[in-house]
Amino acid sequence: MASRPLPADNHHTAIFIAGEPVVFDPAGALWWPRAAVLVVADLHLEKGSSLAGRGHLLPPYDSAATLAALSALIDRYRPARVVALGDSFHDCGGPERLSEPDRDCLNRLSGRCDWIWIAGNHDPEIGDYVGGSQIAELALSPFVFRHAPEPGEAPGEVAGHLHPAAKLAGRGRNLRRRCFATDGARVIMPAFGAYTGGLNVLDPAFDGLFGRDFHVWMIGADAVHPVARARLRPD
Amino acid sequence: MNAVLPQRFADWFASRGWAPRDHQIALVEKARAGRSVLLIAPTGAGKTLAGFLPSLIDLAEAGTVRRRLSERTSPLHTLYVSPLKALAVDVARNLEAPVAEIGLDIRIETRTGDTPSSRRSRQRYDPPHILMTTPEQVALMISHREAPALFAGLKRVVLDELHALVTSKRGELLALGLARLRTIAPQMSAVGLSATVADPPGLAEYLVAQDGTRPRRADLVIAEGGAAPDISILETAERVPWAGHSARYALQDVYEEIKAHQTTLVFVNTRSQAELVFQELWRLNEDGLEIALHHGSLDVGQRRKVEAAMVAGRLRAVVCTSTLDLGIDWGDVDLVVNIGAPKGASRLAQRIGRANHRLDTPSKAILVPANRFEVVECHAALTAAAEGAQDTQTPRRGGLDVLAQHVLGTACAGPFDADAFHTEVISAAPYRELSRGDFDKVVEFVATGGYALRAYERYARLKQMADGRFRLAHPRLAQQYRLNVGTIVEAPMLKVRLVRARGENRGRSGPIGRGGRLLGEIEEWFVEQMTAGDTFLFGGEILRFELIRETEVYVSRAHDEAPKIPSFQGGKFPLSTYLADRVRAILSEPEAWVALPGQVREWLAIQRRASLLPGRRSLLVETFPRADKHYLVCYPFEGRLAHQTLGMLLTRRLERARARPLGFVANEYALSIWSLGDLSAMIRLGRLDLDALFAEDMLGDDLEAWLLESNLMKRSFRNCAIIAGLIERRHPGKEKTGRQLSVSSDLIYDVLRGHEPDHILLSATYDDAAAGLLDIARLGEMLSRIDGRIVHNALDQVSPLAVPVMLEIGIVPIRGEAEDVMLRDAADDLIREAMRNGEPAAPRR
Repeated sequence: MASRPLPADNHHTAIFIAGEPVVFDPAGALWWPRAAVLVVADLHLEKGSSLAGRGHLLPPYDSAATLAALSALIDRYRPARVVALGDSFHDCGGPERLSEPDRDCLNRLSGRCDWIWIAGNHDPEIGDYVGGSQIAELALSPFVFRHAPEPGEAPGEVAGHLHPAAKLAGRGRNLRRRCFATDGARVIMPAFGAYTGGLNVLDPAFDGLFGRDFHVWMIGADAVHPVARARLRPD
Repeated sequence: MNAVLPQRFADWFASRGWAPRDHQIALVEKARAGRSVLLIAPTGAGKTLAGFLPSLIDLAEAGTVRRRLSERTSPLHTLYVSPLKALAVDVARNLEAPVAEIGLDIRIETRTGDTPSSRRSRQRYDPPHILMTTPEQVALMISHREAPALFAGLKRVVLDELHALVTSKRGELLALGLARLRTIAPQMSAVGLSATVADPPGLAEYLVAQDGTRPRRADLVIAEGGAAPDISILETAERVPWAGHSARYALQDVYEEIKAHQTTLVFVNTRSQAELVFQELWRLNEDGLEIALHHGSLDVGQRRKVEAAMVAGRLRAVVCTSTLDLGIDWGDVDLVVNIGAPKGASRLAQRIGRANHRLDTPSKAILVPANRFEVVECHAALTAAAEGAQDTQTPRRGGLDVLAQHVLGTACAGPFDADAFHTEVISAAPYRELSRGDFDKVVEFVATGGYALRAYERYARLKQMADGRFRLAHPRLAQQYRLNVGTIVEAPMLKVRLVRARGENRGRSGPIGRGGRLLGEIEEWFVEQMTAGDTFLFGGEILRFELIRETEVYVSRAHDEAPKIPSFQGGKFPLSTYLADRVRAILSEPEAWVALPGQVREWLAIQRRASLLPGRRSLLVETFPRADKHYLVCYPFEGRLAHQTLGMLLTRRLERARARPLGFVANEYALSIWSLGDLSAMIRLGRLDLDALFAEDMLGDDLEAWLLESNLMKRSFRNCAIIAGLIERRHPGKEKTGRQLSVSSDLIYDVLRGHEPDHILLSATYDDAAAGLLDIARLGEMLSRIDGRIVHNALDQVSPLAVPVMLEIGIVPIRGEAEDVMLRDAADDLIREAMRNGEPAAPRR
C-alpha cells in the first residue's frame, strides 16, 4: 500500500503521493501543506452559458456556485498558491462571459495569493479578463502539475481532465461519487466545477495510468473514503 | 328499423344479425347535432364502433374524394387517439371489416412511434380520412408548420380509454393539443370513450373548451351495464401468509381453476410478481397446459406472439400485468384471476371486464389475496363491486412542465400571440385555473430559462417580433423539440441478451461474445444491484447475470432452483381512499367478519383480545419493546406512499423529542417506526404527546425541511426538467457522447435550489412530488380526520396486526443515512486488508 489511511473520522485525511504528504479535501481539492499549495481541477466555469448557446438554458449560477466553494476552501487553508489544473473555463469565451460579480469574486481570490492557471483542452487561451498567470504545466518537486495525465506511469504527476468517479454496490443500492484516483505515485483529481460530471475510473480512458496499487478516495458528505479497486463497479 | 342509420348501415347491421345499440344510435344523433360527447360503457358494449359510426356515416354521405393538401382541403376527417400503440393498431384493424363490408371508400391509417418516418412525413401532406394515433404523435403533428392545413377540415376527435389518459401527464399534453386543434378546426367535436368512472361530469369537462366561468361539459351518454359479474374470493385450505406479495400458497388452487376453464387471464400488479407466478404455475403444470407470460418489459416480438396466440384461442392462460388492462380484444376469456389485492374498485371492475367479452352473460372472476390484510381488502372490493361503486382518480391539474413543452411545440409550428395563446391554453380543462402570471412565467422559461439573473437574453429560444408575437429563434430548436416530445420519462432500461455462460464451453473461461438472443428490457436500477453470478427471474426463466456492456445486459441460463436476487416491490397502485375506508369499516365491526375465512377471523379476534381494533375514523397507535429496540406501529390504511411520507416526518419529530428513532418501514396498511428511546414510557411520563406528534402542522416546516434533503425531489426534478425541455432525454446508443455534453439533473437541481429557490421549475417539481411520490393531499386528509382521535395502546409485545409490517423490516433496503455508512464499510475493508498485509509499504520507486 502506497497511501496510508489515517483514522477515517479525521476531517482531512493525510495521504502520501510520491512520498509527500498531502490532504484530499472532501470538497474535491488537494492541499499540499508543506508548500501551502491548494490544487483544484476542472472548474469548467461558465459551462452553463456555454450550453445555453446550444439551446440548453441551464441555471446561470454554476460559476457563482463553483467560486463560492473555492472561496470557502481558500478561507480555510489560506494557501500561498492556488493551482487550477486546466479546463478552468468551459471554453475560451468563458472569461469574457463571466458576470460582473463573479469576475470580481474571482479577481479578489486570485489577488490574495499566487494564482496559476494551467492550460486545458477546453481553455488553451483565457486572455486577460482574469488575474493570475497562465502556464502549460508546472513542476514543483516532487510534483508536476498538468491538465491531462501523461500516458504510462508518471510518478509525482497531479492531473485532472478525466473527471474520475467511482461506483460502489451494496445494501441493495448503488453509490456513484466523484473521487481521487491514485496508486500512490500519481493522482488524478476529481472535477471541481458545479456542472461537471464524472467518468468511471474503470473506463478504458484510465487504462495503463496506474500501477498495481490503484485505488480511489471517494468523496462522502464530510470525509473522503479509500476504496480498493476490486470493490468498484463499472457503470 | 330506425331512421337515424342510413340504409346501407342498417342493412349491414341486419346482415350481421345485430341490432344497433341505443348508445350507438345516440352518438350518431349527437354527431348530427354537432355535439361533443362522453360515452361511458362497459367493456364489450360496442364502444369503439359507437365512436366511429358517426364518422363512417358522415364520410359515406359526403362521398369521399381523395384530395391532397396542395388542393387546399385536407381529407382528414377523424383523429382517433389511444393511450397504447397496440390499441391504435388493433382498432384500425377492427374498423377495416365494417368499412369493407358496407363498401365504403374510406382510407384508415395508423401513426405511432413504430410507423416508418417516410410514411409519417407523407401523412402530413397526404393524410387518410381516419388516422389512428397516440397523444405524443398529436403533439408532434401540431408542432409542424403544415398543421393548420392538415387539420383544417377535421370533424371529429375520438379519445379512447379517456379514463386512463386523464390521470397522467400524457392527458395534460393531449388536453393542450386538443385546445390547439379546436382553434385550427372550430367545427370539430370531441368524443370520449371511457370505462365507468366515479365522476362522469368531471370527465366530460375534458372534452370541450372551458371559458373560465362555470365548467362546461360534453353531453353524457351512458350505456347499459351488462350482467352483474360473478366475483368470488379464492377458497383455499392453505394457510394465508401474514405478509408478502407472491401468493405462492394459492397457486395450486389457481392452477386447478385454469384447468377447469377454457381461457384464463391471471392479472398481477408488478413485473416481478408476474415472473414469480408464471414460474410457479409452470412448476405445477403437470398437464402441459399452454400458459404464457405477458408484461411490458418483454421483447415486443415476444409480446406480439403471445397476443396472437391468445386471439387465436391457443392459450389456456396468460399471466399479465396492467399492459393488458386496456381495451384490446383478446378473444374468449372465461375467467379472470386477480392475484394480490385489487387496490381500487374501478380497477377491479375494468380487469374483470376482460372476461367474457359479451354483455349478456356475467364475467367470472376470482380474487386471490396474497396476505391477510389483502383478504380483508378483497372482501371490501367485493362489496364495492356488488354495489357498482367507483373510485377512479380525478383528472390531474395541468403541470407547468407539460405546458412548457407545449409552448415550445406551438412555437415550432409558427409565431404565437401570447394573449390568444393564453386564452387557448385555459380553454383546456386541466389548465382552466392557470393564471396569466404563471403562463407568462412559463413562456419566459421557454424563451430564456426564466431566471432572475437575466443572463441568457442573447441565447433566447423564443424571440419577440416587431408585432409582439413570439417566434422560434432557430429551426434547429424544432429538431431538438421533436426528439424530446412526450411526457413519459421511463426509468432507464437495459436490453437483456442471452449468451452462453462464461466457462460453459469446454470448461474454459473466456470472453463473452457479442450478440445473443434479445429477451427484453429491464430496469437499470435492478441490474445495478447485481454482481456477476447472481441469478434472477426474467421472462419466466432463472437467469445468471454475466456483465453489462454499454446499454446491454448479458445473461446466461442458470440451473438454480430459486433466484438469488429477489425483487421485492409492492404494487404500483396505492390502495384507493374508498377501499381503505371500507377496510377500516370491516376491521372495526366484528359482525362483518362472518364473511372472512376462519384463519383471518381468528387473527382479528386475537388482535381484539391482545390489543384493540383500529376504528373507522380514529387512528390506532401501538407501542411495544422488542429485542433491544422500541416500536411504534400505527394503522392509517392510506397506502405505502402516504405512509412513507408520514414515516419520514414522524422520525424527524421523534428525533427532536429525543426518542432516538432508528428507522421505519411502511406497507399499504401500516407504518412501523423503531427507536432506542422507550416510547411507551415517554408517552406515559408525558414526555411524548401523540396528538402533537401527529398534528397536521407536520406538513408545514417539517415537510419543507425534509424535502430539501430528500432524493425524491431530485427524481421529480429530473422528470420535470426533461418534460419541460431543460435537459434532453437519454436516447439509447447516443449516451456515450451524451454524457460528455449533458449536465446531470442532480447538479442542476442543487445549483438552482441554492440560487433561485422560487424558480418555476422547482414549483412544478414540488407539485409533482406532492401529488405523486409523497401523496401529501391524502396524508393531510388523514391527519385532519384523526385529529383528537388517536387511540394509544402500550403493549408488552408485538400485536397480531403489527406482524405483517414488522415482517417487512428485514426485506426493505436501508435508505437515507446509509450512504455514508456504505462508504465507511468499504473503507473499513480496505483498512483491514492493509492491516493484514502488515505495515504500509514505502512508496514505490
